Amino acid sequence: MSHSTSAPAVASTPSAADPADRRMPFGRWMAEIGWRHIVGLLAVAFAAFPIIYILSASVNPLGTVSSTSLIPTSFSLDHYRTLLAGERGPFLRWYLNTIIVCAAVSIVQVLLSTLAAYAFSRFRFAGRRMGMLSLLLVMMFPAILSMIAIYTMISGLGQAVPLFGLDSLPGYIIVLLGGSLGQVWLIKGFFDTVPKELDEAAIIDGCTHWQVFSKILLPTLTPILATTLLISLVGVMSEFLLGSIFLTSNDSKTLAVGMYTLLSGDRSNNLGVFAAGSVMIMVPVIILYQFLQRFIVGGSTAGAVKG
Amino acid sequence: MTTTQAPAHRSRSSSIPTILGKVLLLGATLAIAIWIIPALIALQQWLWVAVVLFAAIGIFVLYTTKRFIPGKYIFPGTFFLVVFLIAPIVLTFAYSFTNFGDGTRGSKEQAVSAIMGNSVQQAPDSPRYGLSVATAGDPAAGPYTFFLVDPEDQKVYQGSLEQDLTPVPAGDVTVEGGRVTEAQGFTILTMPQINAAGREIQQVSVKVDEDSAIRMLTANQAFEGTATMVYDEEADTFTNTTSGAVYTVQKVGNTDYFVDEAGNRLPQSWLQGVGGANYMRLFTDGKIAGQFLKAFGWTLVFAAGSVLSTFLVGFALALVLNDERMKSRRFYRSVLLMPYAIPAFIAILMWSNFYNRDFGLINQVLHLHINWLGDPTWAKAAVLLTNLWMGFPYMFIVCTGALQALPGDVMEAAKIDGASRLQTTMRVVMPLLLVAVSPLLVASFAFNFNNFNAIQLLTEGGPFPAGEYTRGGTDILISMIYRIAFGGSGADFGFASAVSVALFVLTGVIAALQFRFTSVLEDVN
Repeated sequence: MSHSTSAPAVASTPSAADPADRRMPFGRWMAEIGWRHIVGLLAVAFAAFPIIYILSASVNPLGTVSSTSLIPTSFSLDHYRTLLAGERGPFLRWYLNTIIVCAAVSIVQVLLSTLAAYAFSRFRFAGRRMGMLSLLLVMMFPAILSMIAIYTMISGLGQAVPLFGLDSLPGYIIVLLGGSLGQVWLIKGFFDTVPKELDEAAIIDGCTHWQVFSKILLPTLTPILATTLLISLVGVMSEFLLGSIFLTSNDSKTLAVGMYTLLSGDRSNNLGVFAAGSVMIMVPVIILYQFLQRFIVGGSTAGAVKG
Repeated sequence: MTTTQAPAHRSRSSSIPTILGKVLLLGATLAIAIWIIPALIALQQWLWVAVVLFAAIGIFVLYTTKRFIPGKYIFPGTFFLVVFLIAPIVLTFAYSFTNFGDGTRGSKEQAVSAIMGNSVQQAPDSPRYGLSVATAGDPAAGPYTFFLVDPEDQKVYQGSLEQDLTPVPAGDVTVEGGRVTEAQGFTILTMPQINAAGREIQQVSVKVDEDSAIRMLTANQAFEGTATMVYDEEADTFTNTTSGAVYTVQKVGNTDYFVDEAGNRLPQSWLQGVGGANYMRLFTDGKIAGQFLKAFGWTLVFAAGSVLSTFLVGFALALVLNDERMKSRRFYRSVLLMPYAIPAFIAILMWSNFYNRDFGLINQVLHLHINWLGDPTWAKAAVLLTNLWMGFPYMFIVCTGALQALPGDVMEAAKIDGASRLQTTMRVVMPLLLVAVSPLLVASFAFNFNNFNAIQLLTEGGPFPAGEYTRGGTDILISMIYRIAFGGSGADFGFASAVSVALFVLTGVIAALQFRFTSVLEDVN
């Protein structure tokens, strides 16, 4: 761990690095470390300026594109009030809808993926290898590629069972459940890390396969499954294509669809309100991510792609 | 409990809660199937009948025996996968050989009765009925049934596009004030619901006999009129009784219509197989083939450009900031993670505000006057820049992780051999790192290949050349399909399905590449 791609000889013992820094003349410090800070600060500026701009726009009382700058010149919470009062669309309803959709879809997704991953990890059966590989292949063709067929299927189902029709949250949710096995590979990896001797011992003690799963393996993996759940949750949140063709009435929209219609309806005048909404959506998620940072850094090489 | 000699799984007797749970599950399955299937059959939703049967049979076979243990765990997820991922793919293939679209959704019988019904004219002495619009399905989507009360003898009738006028036994409905107010198995639409679905309900006509039908007059009144278009089933022709024009079935484009001698066609048509016509159009129609190729080219550039730019920026930052002597590494990492943590739709919508020519942040801060979203080339640059902002933190995290995992002794060896910093980076670090992250680069490419949000939420596919609606300057394949199928210029589902099939094939090629690069084929254990 103690390597560094451009470390000079002095730094090869990391513990000695700090005092060495201070003794360095400024020119040397610039050449070795200072320039790294300059690059880092540039990157920070690039990463942060859109966020700062949105924060600033959300408290700028005029709320138009032309009147907003990076540094807010005046402060008011009017846009938050307008938005929460529902004057530009039922924002709280969208928020609730999004929570319902994200919670339902990601809980079911992680649950069903975990069940299937248990079978793939712990049982040996005919078609197992084929099953895993075809799963990987099918997952390459997400539902949005077949949007037309999905649309007509759900419109047909809605004629018989209006609860699951177009423009209804349950209908939208069951469609997204098509990706229920999306986390099987990832979770199977976690299962594989738990030694098999554990469940063999349990079976000898008289456990059924279901008890091995629910009483032995599930508790062991709960923390990592919770992380998987939250990552899946943020992914579901950004689903837009199917939402935009399914959820047409204002009260059934999710945040992604609602915020899009809000902004594209009157781009120049709704900026402030949009910004206020964005802040209310971003803040909880960013807090969540900072909290989960170490899991994400560790798990990112396991194949998670931002959705 | 088990005896020691018994085979572990078989002989174990189930506990009472387990049995109870099973009985509840199976009972609920049966109840739901029995409740839903008749409604589905009545509406001829054969696909959904099959789905419900598949679910019910699957549940009964798997959860009543002690065998098929892996199946018990895999079935629930597989069910959703088959119904909402695989069935739609098969359906898309099927649609791509039809003319499915606006005006061609129904059967020929429906088109014939719609033509006849639409031609029904009201005469001064036309009988009138008290009307209630009802549906067994969704009030917003139909299909609609008319309940009619004859004001003279208070007899009740019902009928719809599919069902000719039929008398209703008095006991089945409640009549109040000359109108039906309740009917078993139906929802009676309220006034606002009728207004909302007005266009659909206007199309409903209830056939009385060969040349007369009942149509809606106002929300609570219907009239019986005479059809001016009469269908001759033997000859398969329509005759207009006022002008005498005869309409025969003829092909216009690749779809059958009723056309008269002068070449005027009636707007109503029906769902027909068109063979490979959609594919012919896609690959041989010069303008459309050009659009498709352009969209494909830009899809490749967009996906590859996004991967390359995010990787290069992320990798460079990881190299620069991964130095133990920097005490603020944690700070940098937290801030640089922020774009990754923002939900993608918010990030893209946010960026869409920055590109305004006159007041947008980018032009203002850099004192430029670029027409970002109005010029095809700049719009493409805007899409890539936005995607860079969203994607580089992920690459930064991944590369930092991979750098820290590189074996230290290799670096040591390079230094001892006299390699310069640059040489170590280019010849030792880079190749090792590429091996570690190349599966992720391919995955990221595959993801961006169908990254609909990055286009639709930022540019809506624009800018569009004058008079062009199928594809704008920044449309990738998937957003082009979206525009053909759900855009403003009328839904052409059949053709859009053919484009989807082409996209399936291309996605399949990428999947094959990904399989090769990630070598998953070998390490399924």
